[in-house]
Amino acid sequence: MYSEQVMDHFMNPRNVGEIENPDGVGEVGNARCGDIMKVFMKIENDIIVDVKFKTFGCGAAIATSSMSTELIKGKTVDEALRVTNKKVTEALGGLPPVKLHCSVLAEEAIKAAIEDYKNKQAEKQTADSI
Amino acid sequence: MGHSVYLDHASTTYTKPEVLKEMLPYFTDLYGNPSSVHRYGREARKALDQARERTAAALNADPNEIYFTGSGTEADNWAVKGTALANSKKGNHIITSSIEHHAVLYTCKYLERNGFEVTYLPVDEYGLVDPEQVRNAITDKTILVSVMAANNEIGTIQPIGEIGAIAREKGILFHTDAVQAVGSIPIDVKEMNIDLLSLSAHKFYGPKGAGALYMRKGVKSEQIMHGGAQERNRRAGTENLPAIVGLGKAIELAVTDIPQRNARLEALRNRLIDGILSTVENTRLNGHPIKRLAGNVNFSFEFIEGEALLLSLDIKGIAGSSGSACTSGSLDPSHVLLAIGLSHEIAHGSLRLTLGDRNTEEDIDYVLEVLPEVVQRLREMSPLFNQNKGGRTYV
Ligand SMILES: Cc1ncc(COP(=O)(O)O)c(C=O)c1O
Ligand SMILES: [Zn+2]
Repeated sequence: MYSEQVMDHFMNPRNVGEIENPDGVGEVGNARCGDIMKVFMKIENDIIVDVKFKTFGCGAAIATSSMSTELIKGKTVDEALRVTNKKVTEALGGLPPVKLHCSVLAEEAIKAAIEDYKNKQAEKQTADSI
Repeated sequence: MGHSVYLDHASTTYTKPEVLKEMLPYFTDLYGNPSSVHRYGREARKALDQARERTAAALNADPNEIYFTGSGTEADNWAVKGTALANSKKGNHIITSSIEHHAVLYTCKYLERNGFEVTYLPVDEYGLVDPEQVRNAITDKTILVSVMAANNEIGTIQPIGEIGAIAREKGILFHTDAVQAVGSIPIDVKEMNIDLLSLSAHKFYGPKGAGALYMRKGVKSEQIMHGGAQERNRRAGTENLPAIVGLGKAIELAVTDIPQRNARLEALRNRLIDGILSTVENTRLNGHPIKRLAGNVNFSFEFIEGEALLLSLDIKGIAGSSGSACTSGSLDPSHVLLAIGLSHEIAHGSLRLTLGDRNTEEDIDYVLEVLPEVVQRLREMSPLFNQNKGGRTYV
């Protein structure tokens, strides 16, 4: 049912873990619908220098978490925002149609983490200007 | 190739060689249509009659009360829709449980959309229906009580004898979906006051696509499949004779040595349950500790999701199933696990392992060797799992 790439990223997920004092954190989904993803980012000069994730979910959710973090690592924040679930799914060699909703999670979590980063930046600036 | 351990016998079983052996001639040599007048037809008819006798004997029924169908699903549909339609002048109320197989549940939903009223009885934390709640739910409009003999997911065995007695006392038809129960618990339709019973050959080492409905003599029921005069004018369609022959042989085998087979399966099952409980933390056994099918094991592992667990086990050669949403194609986990009071997140982390006659102690020990590692790997990936605290508490 799953492609080789999906199984590879499911069995050997990249970037699993947490980052201490992250610059941005995003958590989306809920246990009710079966998938939760939490993303941690280290961002320097708008470049994502490190990213880690933790996911509660099915094979598709874990594989897309892994692939999407690979795709945004080393990229600028703006580039990362352009990594859609479609791109992630393609990079994984496709997903069964019933599993597409599980792949949306990663895109949303990345957006949430970047938003968190931007909010923190804005707060810092306000704090600096006082 | 490494290990290969099949623990999904509640989904389907292999066909036993002695069953297959009896089936084969009916494909190639004895291929007549049982409705035909000629010798080929008469031979086929004889085999059909024998299968009917064997099925009746297994249930302590009369051969005339057995009707072959194309599946357990068809038997359930026929039992529920057929009696509802035939008795709609008497009333429009049906009582069932909230943990029935979809073959009964969705049939009831369909009837609800067509003027019937259905009471879905709750179950307790073990999945048991309380017979007194059945009694209390009966109104003067009630025409049918349908409660499964044993649950396919958590293996809980229902007090169908007690429920049957109540229905009989009140003059209401009692149907039981015994698809998981046949060959696992002894069934006597007379003693248990059962009016209708569904069964399916592929759950007791017979072929797929063959089921039967037992209908007690005198039960008023409408035909669902219209056409030819097969099954004494009550279920049209040329009989799938090879499969029905297989059903007959399989059910004969399945009911002959229930205590011995159960003793073996229960020993393996308990080894598996005890082993999991003692090696994996934050787990719960779903279903009843004692009133459960001999081959059924159902666990929830906190902090992880069932499909990921199944995939990981599959890679290690272990075949199981799960009630998680991501294995069902829907967004909700199993209605059975929710009905016994599990939260969505705990239900998502369920694993069902169902044992069969070919499983060995080595199979169980292999699972016990692999499962803790697999669960731990997924937990370490889970944002719900906090290694230091052993997990986050759910809100
Ligand atoms: C309790 C129960 N009822 C009905 C069915 C449906 O039987 P079949 O697969 O023969 O249609 C099943 C099998 O999945 C079952 O477990
Ligand atoms: Zn999923």
